[in-house]
Amino acid sequence: MSLSTLTKDWEPMSYGFLDASAKREIRRKMLKAVAVPGCQMPYASREVPMARGWGTGGLQVSLTLINPKTTVKVIDQGADDSVNAASIRRFLSRVSGAPTTLDTLDADLIQSRHRIPEEKLREDQVLVLQVPNPEPLRPVQPNMSIARQMHADADYGRMWLQLYEQIVRSGRVMQGASYPSMVNGRHVMTPSPIPRWDVPKLHMAKHLTILSAGREKRIHAVPPYTRVEPLVFDDVPYKVEEHGDLTCFRSGAKGFFMNEIPQDDGSSTYEISDSEYGVKTIKQAEGTETAFGESWYQDGEMS
Amino acid sequence: MTIAIEAPRLVKAAPLLTAQNVSKNYGDVQAVRNVSAEVFPGEVLGIVGESGSGKSTFLRMLNLEETPDAGTYTLDLPEVDGNLFELDRFARRMLCAKRIGIVYQNPHLGLLMKHSSSGNVAERLLVAGERRFSVLREKAQEALEASEFPIERLDAPPIELSGGMQQRVQLAKAIALEPALLLLDEPTTGLDVSVQALVLDTLKRLQQERKITMVIVSHDLGVIRTLADRVMVMRRGEVVEAGLADQIFQDPQHAYTQQLVHAKL
Ligand SMILES: Nc1ncnc2c1ncn2[C@@H]1O[C@H](COP(=O)(O)OP(=O)(O)O)[C@@H](O)[C@H]1O
Ligand SMILES: [Mg+2]
Repeated sequence: MSLSTLTKDWEPMSYGFLDASAKREIRRKMLKAVAVPGCQMPYASREVPMARGWGTGGLQVSLTLINPKTTVKVIDQGADDSVNAASIRRFLSRVSGAPTTLDTLDADLIQSRHRIPEEKLREDQVLVLQVPNPEPLRPVQPNMSIARQMHADADYGRMWLQLYEQIVRSGRVMQGASYPSMVNGRHVMTPSPIPRWDVPKLHMAKHLTILSAGREKRIHAVPPYTRVEPLVFDDVPYKVEEHGDLTCFRSGAKGFFMNEIPQDDGSSTYEISDSEYGVKTIKQAEGTETAFGESWYQDGEMS
Repeated sequence: MTIAIEAPRLVKAAPLLTAQNVSKNYGDVQAVRNVSAEVFPGEVLGIVGESGSGKSTFLRMLNLEETPDAGTYTLDLPEVDGNLFELDRFARRMLCAKRIGIVYQNPHLGLLMKHSSSGNVAERLLVAGERRFSVLREKAQEALEASEFPIERLDAPPIELSGGMQQRVQLAKAIALEPALLLLDEPTTGLDVSVQALVLDTLKRLQQERKITMVIVSHDLGVIRTLADRVMVMRRGEVVEAGLADQIFQDPQHAYTQQLVHAKL
């Protein structure tokens, strides 16, 4: 009997930068968050080699979920090629050995800031959203312990009052991104600063969404097939941004959420915000066979 | 003679509000001591007494904002049962939101000063579950009109309004849901005398038109005399005398009440 028969060869056991106990804690908090959809769970936000406010909450969740076989996509405002997205993607891959992709269809794990991709996500995909301000009640109740009590009591009169006030003052609901939404008929959450365009994508979605705020140390979740209903009055319908008729000047894609590019003459041109969808549209126009997933919006209408 | 006319109305029904042996201490201060009261449907109970006699504390307990050290409180309403002091926070909130209105002496306690006046009224309807913007607007306007609030200032924030107008917004908010019980804590104190009279007129008219059951607290006997059917005199947290308004004003029994009534005359 030799030592080598008693022991195994060395193999990498720890990956994903965070230590096992940090990952275990975050996993537990994610499970809790899934168990009570839309309810914020506090967690001990760890140090990661990135400044708070740059997506450390999302990063910690991604680091916890990732393994060497996870295919990762990272976007920032819909773009895969922004500096922040590229850095996070490289970091995730480097510390876990995970392969990366730009194509939404190929991704197992998508970390995103401010957008949900235009192609429908599947049951086997997880979306991780970076959240700056997880507390939807903050604008109406600065005292966080009272705010938690209000969540416990489903005391959302003040949230509704905000909407009332906006209509009275401006004639319409002014809330753009982070539109407060009722999850599973119980908790009001902020869906992170995604545009109103993206909020309906969360409603009864097939995929799991985890929302994580690193600075504020809160995780909440929208499990698959869960109701997500923006707070709206019965007689004032929810409106998404009027991007349905806009065409991307690069790719010709039409009926999706656009970035506005102001021109010198005061006019604007538009570019599709989901950059990879634009790339795929161009490839197809050039004759390359390209696979598109079903999109949430068709011809600018939510399907 | 008036007593004879009033009496049948006052004794006919079961009391809407029954408070028994309510006590509350703040440290060494016995703010309210063994206070009991009954208020019949459609009746106005006036509580008088000098400053610090525990009137506001008692009213806050009736509004379920404050929990007493001892005592029971019941309301004869179909949706509640038993001692209301034992309700949990959620049940209290729903009961207060739907069935009890309150007007505070200090409008800062009752209003969001920077929101619109109509929004302040609408909030109550929102808490009760109304989700139609047009209905919120209509009902807020109705309640403000009933409180004789100048309707062209519907969306002005209370911070830009006079004290009298602020009290009218509080009143509109309190009556928006047609409460079973309206609590008023010195609603006219601090207003100009002429404005005081106008607000009192509004209260009196509302009471007569809608037969709202009220408990009004004031250190001002004039206010109580204008509105109350029944009067309770408090001193140092205790009830020293209680009875029909005319009886108390015409023939006060307790030395302290006599002093109050005569000082006023
Ligand atoms: N929140 C509180 N904390 C401590 N003492 C209080 C509080 N509220 C009232 N008190 C005391 O209780 C007594 C009764 O006060 P209050 O009910 O406001 O009287 P009133 O309204 O008749 O002027 C006073 O001595 C007051 O100082
Ligand atoms: Mg007082």
